[in-house]
Amino acid sequence: MTLHNGRSAPLAEVPLLGVGEFRAAVIEAVGGGRGLSAFFGWRHEGKVRLLAALSDDSAGRLSLLSCEPGERYPALTPAVPQAHWFERELHEEHGVTPEGHPWLKPVRFLPKPGAVCGVTDFFQLKGEEVHEVAVGPVHAGVIEPGHFRFQCHGERVLHLEVSLGYQHRGVERALRGGPDKRTIHYIETLAGDTTVGHAWAYCQAVEALAGMEAPARASALRAVALELERIANHIGDLGALAGDVGFLPTQAYCGRIRGDALNLTAALCGNRFGRNLVRPGGAAADLDGGLAAEVLSKLETLRADAAGAVNLLWDSPSVAERFERTGAVSTDDCRRLGLVGPAARACGVNLDVRRDLPYGIYRYAMIPVSSWHTGDVFGRAQVRWMETQRSIQFIRELLEGLPGGPLRKEVAALPPGRVAVSLVEGWRGEICHAAVTGADGRFEAYKVVDPSFHNWFGLAYALRGQGISDFPLCNKSFDLSYCGHDL
Amino acid sequence: MTALHLPLALAGAPLLKGVINRTKAFYAGRTGQPVLQPYHDLARLLRKGAVYSKTTTWLFRAGPVVSLASTMAAIALLPLGAVPALVSFRGDIVLFAYFLGLGRFFTICAALDTGSAFEGMGASREAWFSALTEPVLLLGLAAMVKLTGELSLTDLAASLGPQAMLEPGGAAILLVAASLAATALAENSRIPFDDPATHLELTMVHEVMVLDHSGPDFGFIEYASSLKLWALGSLVMGVLLPVKTGSQGFDLLAGGSSLAALAVGVGVVESVMARLRLTRVSHYLAGAAAFSVLALMIVQGNP
Repeated sequence: MTLHNGRSAPLAEVPLLGVGEFRAAVIEAVGGGRGLSAFFGWRHEGKVRLLAALSDDSAGRLSLLSCEPGERYPALTPAVPQAHWFERELHEEHGVTPEGHPWLKPVRFLPKPGAVCGVTDFFQLKGEEVHEVAVGPVHAGVIEPGHFRFQCHGERVLHLEVSLGYQHRGVERALRGGPDKRTIHYIETLAGDTTVGHAWAYCQAVEALAGMEAPARASALRAVALELERIANHIGDLGALAGDVGFLPTQAYCGRIRGDALNLTAALCGNRFGRNLVRPGGAAADLDGGLAAEVLSKLETLRADAAGAVNLLWDSPSVAERFERTGAVSTDDCRRLGLVGPAARACGVNLDVRRDLPYGIYRYAMIPVSSWHTGDVFGRAQVRWMETQRSIQFIRELLEGLPGGPLRKEVAALPPGRVAVSLVEGWRGEICHAAVTGADGRFEAYKVVDPSFHNWFGLAYALRGQGISDFPLCNKSFDLSYCGHDL
Repeated sequence: MTALHLPLALAGAPLLKGVINRTKAFYAGRTGQPVLQPYHDLARLLRKGAVYSKTTTWLFRAGPVVSLASTMAAIALLPLGAVPALVSFRGDIVLFAYFLGLGRFFTICAALDTGSAFEGMGASREAWFSALTEPVLLLGLAAMVKLTGELSLTDLAASLGPQAMLEPGGAAILLVAASLAATALAENSRIPFDDPATHLELTMVHEVMVLDHSGPDFGFIEYASSLKLWALGSLVMGVLLPVKTGSQGFDLLAGGSSLAALAVGVGVVESVMARLRLTRVSHYLAGAAAFSVLALMIVQGNP
C-alpha cells in the first residue's frame, strides 16, 4: 500500500503478507533504490506484527508492508544490508530471530536479568601485531556515553564496532498508550539537539491520525524553527570539526555563532532549543512583524559572521589536507548501508525528505538539496555549510511572506485502528515516526527512528583502513546522537 | 653572574606557556587566562595528593621525576645567547641531546607501565617521532660545530654572531634554525605536530602518555614541559638571533625577550594552521632532517 508523508490509513489496508512474499517485496523495493525508513515490530492481537515503511517511489510516496513472522524468519540483512540494525533491534525487543543475520547482537542492551550494557563479545582480530583499543563509554569531553572497540594494526583501524545503549530510557514504551500530557515532552527530549525535528514529526503523525493538517502559518513557523535548528547545529559542527584538527579561529567563532542561532530560536519561542513551539494542531508561539524584522536583521549578521569564520576553513591548506580523503564512504556503500541526511548527501546520494516526500510548508516552498561527491569529512563539512546558507535564505523567504490565518487548530480524538508514518528532514537527516492506534484510539505502537539509527554503522564503516587518530574527526563529521539512538 | 641562565629558565619557563595561551586567545577573540596562570596551575598541582594505580611499579613514579631532573640538567648545559651555561665542556652538545632523550625514555616507560591502550599508543607515537627528531637535532648541531669549530654549546653560541650569517656558510645557519624550530615544535607537542589543547585521547601524542599522572607528579611533568620549551626555544633563538651586547644584564634581557617573541610566534602558528594528519608528521620531520643534512653539506663545502 502507498501513503503520502504525513497521511494515515486504516491498519487493515496495509497488506499482511506471508514471510516469503514480504521478504521478496522488501528486497525488490530496496533493490529498486528505495530506503528502509522504518522496520519494526509490535504486539498486535497477541502476535508480533512487522511493519516496513519504504520511502520514496517515483511519485514521492511511502510503501507500507507488514507480516507476522512468528518465532523466526530468514533474515533480510544478507540481501538488504540496511536492515542490519533494524533486525538486531527486532530480535532484542521481541525475541523474533532473523535467521542468517551475520551479527545478531543487542543494539541497546534492554534491561534484562543478567544483562549489563556493553558487556558482550566484540568482533576480534587475531594476530601478533593486531591490537585492540577500547574507547568509552566515559569520554574525556562533555559528550554522551558510547563504547567504541577498535581492532588496529599499528595506527590503522581494521575494524570498528560501535556499542551503544547507555542512554536507553524506555521512551517508546512510555509513549505507548498515549497521546497524553506527557507525550510531547518525551518527544521534545528524544534528542535534545533535534527538538523541533522530532516534535514536528510527532505532531504531523498525530495530525495525520486525526485526519487534519496544521494551519499554513504554523507550518511556516515550524519550518523557520527547523531551519534555525539546522543552522545552529551545522555551524556548531563546523566549529567542532575545526577544533578537532586544532584550527583555532573557526572553532572559536563558530562556537559563538551557534549561540547566536540558538538565541534566534529563543526569540521565537522562549527556549534556545525550540521547546514549547511545535504542538499538535499547530504552533504555540506566534511572531509579529517587529519580531520578524528583528530576526531577519540578526540572521543577516549571523550569515556574515558565519561566512567569515567558515571560509577560513576552506582557505586553509592545512585544514583541507586533514579533511580530504578522511573517512570516505563510496556512493554504492552509502546506498547499501542506507545512510541518511548530510552524511548521505556528502556521498552524492541525493536524498532529502524536504524535496522527496515534502510535508507542511515544503510542499509549497522549495529548498535546494545540497550534495557533494567525495563522501569524506570534507564532503560532510561542505554539505553542512551549503545547507546552512540555503537554510538562511529559506528562512528569509518564509519570514518575508508569512501566511496569515489561525495558528493552531483543535485536534480531535484519534480514530482507532489507523497507521500513520511521518517523515521530517532534521539536521541529521530523515526522522521517521510511525504510529499505530489500537481499538481505543490510543497508541498501540509508537516507533521513532532517529537519523542516527541509520548512520552509526556508516561511521563504523567509514573508519575502515583509516588512522585511529582520525576517529574523533570522522565521528564529529557524522555527529550522531547517542540518546536519539538509544531512546 | 656567569651562570644566570639556569635560574632565569627555572623561573621564567612557565611564562612561555602563558604567553602562548594569550596569543591564541587573542586570535580566538577571547581575553584568555592570565599570563601567570601556568604558575598558579603548578602551585595547585603541588598542593594536591597523587593517585597511583596498584598495577604500576616504581617506573611509573620515576617518570615525572627523571624527566624533570634531566630537563633541568639539559638547561644547565645550555647558554642563552651570550650568557654562558652553568656547566660547559667539550662535547656537552651530545650530553644535552641525550639528557632530553633520557627524560623521554622514562616518560615512555612510565606510560607503558600503566598498561593502558591509550598510553601505549602515545608511547609508540612518541618513540616514533623522537626517533626522527633526534637525528634532526644532532645533525643540525653537527653542522654548527663544523661551522664554528667549537664542541661545547657555550663556545658555539659565543662564536655565532650576526656577522656569521653573512659569511660563507651563513645559509647553513638559517637551515639549521629552521630544522631546530621544527624539532622544538615536535618535541614540545605543539601544532602542527600535536595539539596540546585537545581532549581527544586517540589523537594525542605526548599528553596521552601522562593521563594517569596526578598531583605533584603531573606538576613535575607540566614544569618539565615548560622547561623543555624554554631549552629548545633558546637553542633556536641562539642560532637564529645571537644577540651580543657585551653586558650580561642586557644579554639576559635580550635572550628572555627573544624567547617571549618565540612564544608569540608559536601562538601565531597554532592560531593559523591545523595540525598535521598523524601519519604525515614523519614526512615533515624527514624534511627537517633533510634541512640539517643540507646545512652539513654546505658547511663541508665551505671549510
